[in-house]
Amino acid sequence: MSISALLSMGRCCCRCCCPRGLWMLSAPCCDDRRMCVCPGPRRIGIPVRSSSLPLFSDAMPAPTQLFFPLIRNCELSRIYGTACYCHHKHLCCSSSYVPQSRLRYTPHPAYATFCRPKENWWQYTQGRRYASTPQKFYLTPPQVNSILKANEYSFKVPEFDGKNVSSILGFDSNQLPANAPIEDRRSAATCLQTRGMLLGVFDGHAGCACSQAVSERLFYYIAVSLLPHETLLEIENAVESGRALLPILQWHKHPNDYFSKEASKLYFNSLRTYWQELIDLNTGESTDIDVKEALINAFKRLDNDISLEAQVGDPNSFLNYLVLRVAFSGATACVAHVDGVDLHVANTGDSRAMLGVQEEDGSWSAVTLSNDHNAQNERELERLKLEHPKSEAKSVVKQDRLLGLLMPFRAFGDVKFKWSIDLQKRVIESGPDQLNDNEYTKFIPPNYHTPPYLTAEPEVTYHRLRPQDKFLVLATDGLWETMHRQDVVRIVGEYLTGMHHQQPIAVGGYKVTLGQMHGLLTERRTKMSSVFEDQNAATHLIRHAVGNNEFGTVDHERLSKMLSLPEELARMYRDDITIIVVQFNSHVVGAYQNQE
Amino acid sequence: VMFYRLLSIVGRQRASPGWQNWSSARNSASAAEARSMALPTQAQVVICGGGIMGTSVAYHLSKMGWKDIVLLEQGRLAAGSTRFCAGILSTARHLTIEQKMADYSNKLYHQLEQETGIQTGYTRTGSIFLAQTQDRLISLKRINSRLNVIGIPSEIISPKKVAELHHLLNVHDLVGAMHVPEDAVVSSADVALALASAASQNGVQIYDRTSVLHVMVKKGQVTGVETDKGQIECQYFVNCAGQWAYELGLSNEEPVSIPLHACEHFYLLTRPLETPLQSSTPTIVDADGRIYIRNWQGGILSGGFEKNPKPIFTEGKNQLEIQNLQEDWDHFEPLLSSLLRRMPELETLEIMKLVNCPETFTPDMRCIMGESPAVQGYFVLAGMNSAGLSFGGGAGKYLAEWMVHGYPSENVWELDLKRFGALQSSRTFLRHRVMEVMPLMYDLKVPRWDFQTGRQLRTSPLYDRLDAQGARWMEKHGFERPKYFVPPDKDLLALEQSKTFYKPDWFDIVESEVKCCKEAVCVIDMSSFTKFEITSTGDQALEVLQYLFSNDLDVPVGHIVHTGMLNEGGGYENDCSIARLNKRSFFVFFFGDKVLFCFFFLFFFLEKRDGVLLSRPGWSALALNLIGPRAVDVLSELSYAPMTPDHFPSLFCKEMSVGYANGIRVMSMTHTGEPGFMLYIPIEMKSHSYAPGWSAVVQSRLTATSDFEVGSLSVTQVGVQGRNVGSLQCPLMFSKDSFATLAKGMDFIGRDALLLQKQNGVYKRLTMFILDDHDTDLDLWPWWGEPIYRNGQYVGKTTSSAYSYSLERHVCLGFVHNFSEDTGEEQVVTADFINRGEYEIDIAGYRFQAKAKLYPVASLFTQKRRKDDMELSDLHGK
Repeated sequence: MSISALLSMGRCCCRCCCPRGLWMLSAPCCDDRRMCVCPGPRRIGIPVRSSSLPLFSDAMPAPTQLFFPLIRNCELSRIYGTACYCHHKHLCCSSSYVPQSRLRYTPHPAYATFCRPKENWWQYTQGRRYASTPQKFYLTPPQVNSILKANEYSFKVPEFDGKNVSSILGFDSNQLPANAPIEDRRSAATCLQTRGMLLGVFDGHAGCACSQAVSERLFYYIAVSLLPHETLLEIENAVESGRALLPILQWHKHPNDYFSKEASKLYFNSLRTYWQELIDLNTGESTDIDVKEALINAFKRLDNDISLEAQVGDPNSFLNYLVLRVAFSGATACVAHVDGVDLHVANTGDSRAMLGVQEEDGSWSAVTLSNDHNAQNERELERLKLEHPKSEAKSVVKQDRLLGLLMPFRAFGDVKFKWSIDLQKRVIESGPDQLNDNEYTKFIPPNYHTPPYLTAEPEVTYHRLRPQDKFLVLATDGLWETMHRQDVVRIVGEYLTGMHHQQPIAVGGYKVTLGQMHGLLTERRTKMSSVFEDQNAATHLIRHAVGNNEFGTVDHERLSKMLSLPEELARMYRDDITIIVVQFNSHVVGAYQNQE
Repeated sequence: VMFYRLLSIVGRQRASPGWQNWSSARNSASAAEARSMALPTQAQVVICGGGIMGTSVAYHLSKMGWKDIVLLEQGRLAAGSTRFCAGILSTARHLTIEQKMADYSNKLYHQLEQETGIQTGYTRTGSIFLAQTQDRLISLKRINSRLNVIGIPSEIISPKKVAELHHLLNVHDLVGAMHVPEDAVVSSADVALALASAASQNGVQIYDRTSVLHVMVKKGQVTGVETDKGQIECQYFVNCAGQWAYELGLSNEEPVSIPLHACEHFYLLTRPLETPLQSSTPTIVDADGRIYIRNWQGGILSGGFEKNPKPIFTEGKNQLEIQNLQEDWDHFEPLLSSLLRRMPELETLEIMKLVNCPETFTPDMRCIMGESPAVQGYFVLAGMNSAGLSFGGGAGKYLAEWMVHGYPSENVWELDLKRFGALQSSRTFLRHRVMEVMPLMYDLKVPRWDFQTGRQLRTSPLYDRLDAQGARWMEKHGFERPKYFVPPDKDLLALEQSKTFYKPDWFDIVESEVKCCKEAVCVIDMSSFTKFEITSTGDQALEVLQYLFSNDLDVPVGHIVHTGMLNEGGGYENDCSIARLNKRSFFVFFFGDKVLFCFFFLFFFLEKRDGVLLSRPGWSALALNLIGPRAVDVLSELSYAPMTPDHFPSLFCKEMSVGYANGIRVMSMTHTGEPGFMLYIPIEMKSHSYAPGWSAVVQSRLTATSDFEVGSLSVTQVGVQGRNVGSLQCPLMFSKDSFATLAKGMDFIGRDALLLQKQNGVYKRLTMFILDDHDTDLDLWPWWGEPIYRNGQYVGKTTSSAYSYSLERHVCLGFVHNFSEDTGEEQVVTADFINRGEYEIDIAGYRFQAKAKLYPVASLFTQKRRKDDMELSDLHGK
């Protein structure tokens, strides 16, 4: 069995795509052609020198946990045979049934994807024995609901918070993991020292370290960029004299959205350096802060800090390893800043912001507020070609990927696509052993001549909200791959307005007893709650995204199957999905409009 | 003429009693009544509103001898909320003044039919308040104790007894109940008509279909009323416009802010039961189930106060809408379920109607009465929080007394319009607040609850910082004050949710705050208190202030005088300290809650003087109180100035530098009675003056202190604050003679009354009680309003209480009276009377022994954080 065989199989999964997300796997090493499954396009792949085909990485097509230990712990060339065999066998067998038992190795989430300790291999083999018992596994509706709702979060903006009337009614958010652990992140916060609210989705690749860091830090960078000079001074003075700080952000977090305690101080210091520079840069001339500029600066600055922290390192070995993992993994970001009728969307990568507009006749239409930064975007292709010499025109984007590897053309982290080869080598050599053992980090992309190839600079779109703009959907590509934007907007729109559908009842002249009325009202209430078993628009959307059949309605059986996939298989059917649905207050928006 | 016209309405109505015939009566009447009547061109009093409030005020004014009164009603008499009212008269209220009003109303309505000959449907049914939980029972027991001491019979009864009194009730889930046998049901519309009829006989002129457009005001005084039918000149205007009172108040050129807002309120009417319910069947209030149930024409009438109220008429007046408000059965569903749970046998009862009757609510769930502080002669009686029928008689009486005598016969400060400032008048604020207030009608009221909506109306300049230090906030008249500071390791959620009549969860937190403070020094943010600066070109400022305040203010420059503001009757209006900054300017610092009142009080007098300037620096400045034995050291370290008593005697004021900031006004006084200093800092200097400047010198010995702690400190010092003292108390009653210098050569407001009291002795005295056999951990805590017994006899009620950490005992303040054993008349209270007596305080039916004593207390501080410890999380909002 050759390496190229293995590689081609991996690629196969990525390429031959059919609309339902089911895939024919025609791997040379796989004798019986079987139905196999594939998650859709991979975000990143590593080709091996002999071939230009992309291969596994952390986010490789095959169950990540099967491959990882092998690659990590053995020398690649020595284990090809085994790896291929194992991998293959697994794929072929597992496609015919749904393996129930799975590896239960989930260390600290921040560790999990970057490296696995050696014991894992042993665990893996143990786990395999269980997996060989076929078992039918269906989920009951309550079980489905508990899975779908595990990460749902809703925030209602108080109609009047004592300061100003908000143009946002509230937001619903949710995420459904496909990777284990999930690589998507989401954030939402209210700016306390300036007006407005920040919402964002972050799609990580090659691990979740980068998306995690960006989700924790980006909003602080944005908030600081938006702060007036005096407030910055006041905060700096408070830090200097050890006083309590002015709160900048009010986070709206699901309990599962964690913040890393260990790095908090390091992050704080980087942030402080940033605002100190902002203070020093202030010439005292312009007092108006441009939101667009602030967003761009914040994105670039954070990416720069991530890169710098990895170059400088940290005396604490845990932190040192953390900053390296953050820098060597990557994340896209799609962030909305809403202040009154001013909506700014800053996007880096292929997540998307979609505005739900209700036309006068009540129908719904979708307005895209961001451009995907990937091979489907002509302007991005052009930009890349312009930024690099003509000689690289063919290699800079190959197979719709950056250098044939990376799907998004803009991202945080991913220093492999940003640093010079020298710098990469130096950092890796001086880095901890775990880093050195990692094939992915050591690997230099092919045709790597004129770095940087990747930027975190966002494209900022401005939209002035109108009364007919009812909601905004921010979601990672996991959603947009499975659903058309028009369907997304229609489903959310109907969900949000359907809340008030029932006709009121009146006794009129009829003879009705209290008992009858009570029965009627109870029935109406239960009907109401079953129609809207989702209290959360994002959950509702995920239910459709995962469970929709060919008629566009939710098919419970399908939903049940999709959700009962073992962790190691889930990624092959779908990507992580993260959704935030922001609902606007048309009255407030209308009032703003009338004011002017 | 008016009277006969009125009687004709009443007569037609009586011919067809009952709710369902109302509308037909109205329609047939409307054609006949449409003719216009010429309005008089002048009157002494114009009352706007022909509901139960307006007619009650007219009735009482005319009874007290005022005859020249015009009552205007935009629609028809007793329309609006009065017409839709459920007709339950209940005396079981939380405030004593409310209990007294309801008690008076009950007696009034009882004899009204006899007096006027108009049937009011008055039936003494009694009412039963059910308790599903022990906490609810405690709440009922507290009300029960208070009802009994003012002579309203009531008792706590067992569930078994409840079943005997009302056979339809399911009593399995009850732990007890309170029975008030003299409560009644009555037709509120008929009561209003009867009151109007009696008033009309006494000479009051009543005009319906006449709308008041606005009130004319000249020089802060009512001069007349503009209506859609012409002008009426008048001296007094009474706004009884119910849910329209807010708009009417704002329609003047000089707006009067009357904070209230209407909510939809639903109740259900049924056809009679198979064996029709007796008209004497008691009224049931199931507060835990959020419903009330009364008998109604053989069937039942049941409504409630739901958790998710629907505010209405936010955009303003819409008289038409009130006639055709929609029934909303889905909204009523929880209440219907609750009703069927309480009375399962009603399943088969046939529905007649779901009535939607808007009710008016106020920001603090207490009604609004009294004179506007901004416009003299403009009186208000509105915002009844759905108890209009119960309060109608009593409230009308008090307001009439207020107008005729200048003050009512009871202390009504809790209901006084002046408790509100313009801040509580925003429409959005009111809309949100009443959504919280309405469910609160039946929520369990435990000590120290705070409203959650409409907060942060006003905050101290240090708000964000204190908040970052873990402050939990309470709201007082729109101003946020810290309750206590949560240590970083405490579970915040649990703290906020604790609701108890017993020892609260924050007990240990405040204890440690107090403990800290006793050892050295603490800082209290006093920015929320009212401050004025008064300057004049000559001696006018001194002259005016001498007249306004009871103490002698002609003191050397730099000295501070504690004094009081009295009313004409010698009653105590407010407590304040006045510093003489120089010959011609004074700095006045008020301790009470009556912010707006104080301002207008000063404003009215100063306005008439030339060359006097009243500034309001207090709104944006930071006032810090530095309290404790080490306060002297801290200040001298910061200012490099000697602070010994020789250099800086007590009750002295001077400007000095503190930290980097220069020109800070420092006054050697505190309001808790502890040694300490008051620092008055312009807002732009706050950064230099709070923690940073100091901490450099003091090195982490300061902490902010909370209001609970101040309460705990001040209550033991008899530092009397607004809450304890109403306008009817005079300085002699709480031996604060020092506040009023009778010997001062000149006249001041209330001097004559004071002299008279000095001669005759006082009839009540503020006394401090220390609970003796009270177990802090296990026993119910005192709150306020607990009856005080002396030698087994009722002598008064507590006004406030706090736990004293230094005494390790509860301390209550209250006024002690001396009621004659034979006649019940009030007699002179001497110091001897106070000292020679065995006292008991009744907390929810349990009597605890108490002693009168005085004790001193001390102060506090903690640590500041180092800057290397800062993290991203420091930048989060809480």
